[in-house]
Amino acid sequence: MAVDYLYYLRADKLPHMWCPGCGVGVVVKSMIGAIDQLGWEKNDTAVVSGIGCTSRAPGYMDMNTLHTTHGRALTFATGVKMAAPDKHVIVISGDGDATAIGGNHFIHACRRNIDMTLIIVNNNIYGMTGGQFSPTTPYGAKAATTPHGNIDPSFDLAQLAIGAGATYVARGSVDNARMVQKYIRDGLAHHGFSVIEVLSNCHTQYGRRNKMSDPITMVDWIASQVVPRNKAEKMSPEELQGKIITGELHRNAERPEYTDEYRKLIERVQAKQAARAGARP
Amino acid sequence: MSSGHSDKSEIVFWQGNEVVAEAAIAAGCRFYAGYPITPSSEIAAVMAERLPEVGGTFIQMEDEIAAMGAIIGASLAGKKTFTATSGPGFSLKMENIGYACMAEVPCVVVNVMRGGPSTGLPTALAQADVMQARWGTHGDHPTIALAPAYHREIYLCTIKCFNYAEKYRIPTMLLLDEVLGHLSEGIQVPDPSEYEIFDRVKPSVPPEKYFPYDSSFGDVPPMATYFEGYRFHVTGLNHNRTGFPTTDPEICQQEEMRMIRKVMKDAEQLAEYEEYRMEDAEVAVFSFGSTARGARVAVDEARKQGIKVGLLRAITLWPFPDRKIYELARQVKAFVVPEVNLGQIILEVERASHRDMPIVGVNRVGGVPIPPGEIFNKIKEVARDGR
Amino acid sequence: MSANRFEARFSAVGGQGVMLAGDVLAYAAQKYQGRYSIQSPTYTAQVRGGPTKVDVIIDDEPIIYPKTTAINFFLSLAQGSYNAFLYDLRDDAIVVVDPHLVHKWDPKYRTYEIPVIELTKNHVGKVIMTSVVALGIMIELTHAVPKEFVEKALLEKAPKGTGELNLKALNLGYATAAELVTVQG
Repeated sequence: MAVDYLYYLRADKLPHMWCPGCGVGVVVKSMIGAIDQLGWEKNDTAVVSGIGCTSRAPGYMDMNTLHTTHGRALTFATGVKMAAPDKHVIVISGDGDATAIGGNHFIHACRRNIDMTLIIVNNNIYGMTGGQFSPTTPYGAKAATTPHGNIDPSFDLAQLAIGAGATYVARGSVDNARMVQKYIRDGLAHHGFSVIEVLSNCHTQYGRRNKMSDPITMVDWIASQVVPRNKAEKMSPEELQGKIITGELHRNAERPEYTDEYRKLIERVQAKQAARAGARP
Repeated sequence: MSSGHSDKSEIVFWQGNEVVAEAAIAAGCRFYAGYPITPSSEIAAVMAERLPEVGGTFIQMEDEIAAMGAIIGASLAGKKTFTATSGPGFSLKMENIGYACMAEVPCVVVNVMRGGPSTGLPTALAQADVMQARWGTHGDHPTIALAPAYHREIYLCTIKCFNYAEKYRIPTMLLLDEVLGHLSEGIQVPDPSEYEIFDRVKPSVPPEKYFPYDSSFGDVPPMATYFEGYRFHVTGLNHNRTGFPTTDPEICQQEEMRMIRKVMKDAEQLAEYEEYRMEDAEVAVFSFGSTARGARVAVDEARKQGIKVGLLRAITLWPFPDRKIYELARQVKAFVVPEVNLGQIILEVERASHRDMPIVGVNRVGGVPIPPGEIFNKIKEVARDGR
Repeated sequence: MSANRFEARFSAVGGQGVMLAGDVLAYAAQKYQGRYSIQSPTYTAQVRGGPTKVDVIIDDEPIIYPKTTAINFFLSLAQGSYNAFLYDLRDDAIVVVDPHLVHKWDPKYRTYEIPVIELTKNHVGKVIMTSVVALGIMIELTHAVPKEFVEKALLEKAPKGTGELNLKALNLGYATAAELVTVQG
């Protein structure tokens, strides 16, 4: 059955503020598709973001939406989820927001394993502020603040999430929207902290400075780099040079989920209290 | 006078920090997020112990910024929330304190003040964050900050902070200092009949007619809770009544003015103070927090020597008791303003007095309280030669 | 501030557990003796190993100024804390130092050398009880709060199952001080 996208959107807020051809549209559409597949109620779902182009997404979504401060989306989301553990909380963020200014919150959210989903739209650049390099800008690339080429090493966001303890980690790319939706759906369904990195295009800020100023060229460039995990497993290290592996990269159903643990803690404390009260004459 | 109690059999012996935590629970707080910092850490420890007992949630976050973010998020999900910190952590929280002002999200921030700037004196007294409490976050914004001096008053002021947060939809501040935070004092826990509990006003209209910043309901618009069908949008950007961003200069100005007005129109009621031996006073000592306790002893000592001096002790620092200072400036010939900083609140006394008169500070920043004798000497000096 | 204001200071280095003495004393005075009391600790940045103290003030009137102004009794278990906290003492203050750890003290004050830690180790068995022995010494020397109230408060504050041992420590303090008073007093 076709998804009624407008049902999930605040239609009166359209047209959106993103550049034509921006990859974030693919992500938002995939997100709605995934929510629809899972049958989540709009009233039961909160979408939280920080600052940046991607972080404008919640404004268009007809849910409980929270556009917070730069890098802090996960901290607000943690409060929302801990206060309402039976509700759904999704965080959508960019590479700079999630892993530079929000890097500390990112690794600790992974460590805690609260049942939330973080979607990072990784376009390798700070788009909204005018194209400065981010923690994922490739070596040598041009940005507003790397006019002589980028010398900053970059993060592998998926590996960072796995290392920090996220219990579902996947990476997709905007050239393959179907898989992006699948990873988001699986991440939302996963009971624990899930991270989905989506490689995306910012032809306006990144592409323009790096000879890919139209969306098609830039999405083609992304597509040329990605290798699905099952294919990558059969490739040699030489063949994988310069490639980015996509797919479900990590899943751990064993680690306890945090709100479950906290609920058990409350039960434990209250049982002890009741026992004490009972023991009193 | 708040330190007295009638029935000594029912007293508890609590640290100031414990008083805050217990009062928060009495106020209905069911969510705490924090980060360890001296000298406020005991508040977190008590909340970690007590909140699960009442079905509430405690979470220790990765940093101060995160703790502030978490209490805003939890407040939007309907909880009464607070966090506690000290100077360096207060600095870090400023970003999201501004967010709570802008998005009009109720929450309480406790700052047990210690020596500064920077790491300063982690285990020692200061009262040097009073201007930061007012102006610490960028941009124009409303502030309510209470600075109690006695443990029973700390209890009641903590509850008031929650009430004001809920009533005005703002982050309110409770300013203690290291001396009060660590001081154990026997108190009789106030009976619930002695205070009111205020809960935020929720919308009376159905979701399709709800706007989160609808001033047709007054300067403090009703606040919906997430997941209850209202599906509203919250942002730190300037926004219109619908909660969505706008850059329209007229709307931005109107909304910012409403945010300030909602508090300042009640400034006089909010600005609580205690007058002590002020009736015929010719010199007024103006003080707050633990310093005001030493100031009171100094006033008694000076009275013994026939000096007509009284104490005006601010319980609310923000909004500042402008009118009271204005009136007093026409009664007394001088103000003495002891504070454990190099002269912050004295600037407000000067401003609010609207009079060229002797207004003299007694200041220390070494981490120790101002001894009553030092305040007494200044009173004597001022009473004698006006300066 | 009434004429009956009593101020005591117990000082040590962090980790010696001296805070308990202050807790029990203040609690006994207010809860059982019906007077007013406050207890106010001072920490240094490092919780363990730095000089620490706890001040107790007991008065017949509500205590307005919560800091010491004229200390009646000062006890120190370490040179560092002795040096750091020897202030606000009345001229007639009683001072107790542990001679194994405090070697240099000011003869201006009436000072008793009592090896509190060693005594505790030998007669109570647990060094953590030093603070309770110190409290017993103080009570015997000053009679600041009647013994029965101190004992009641101690039993209430002591961890479960340690009541007897705590009383033993308290009595050791009484006895040690009583002997001193007889010999030196």
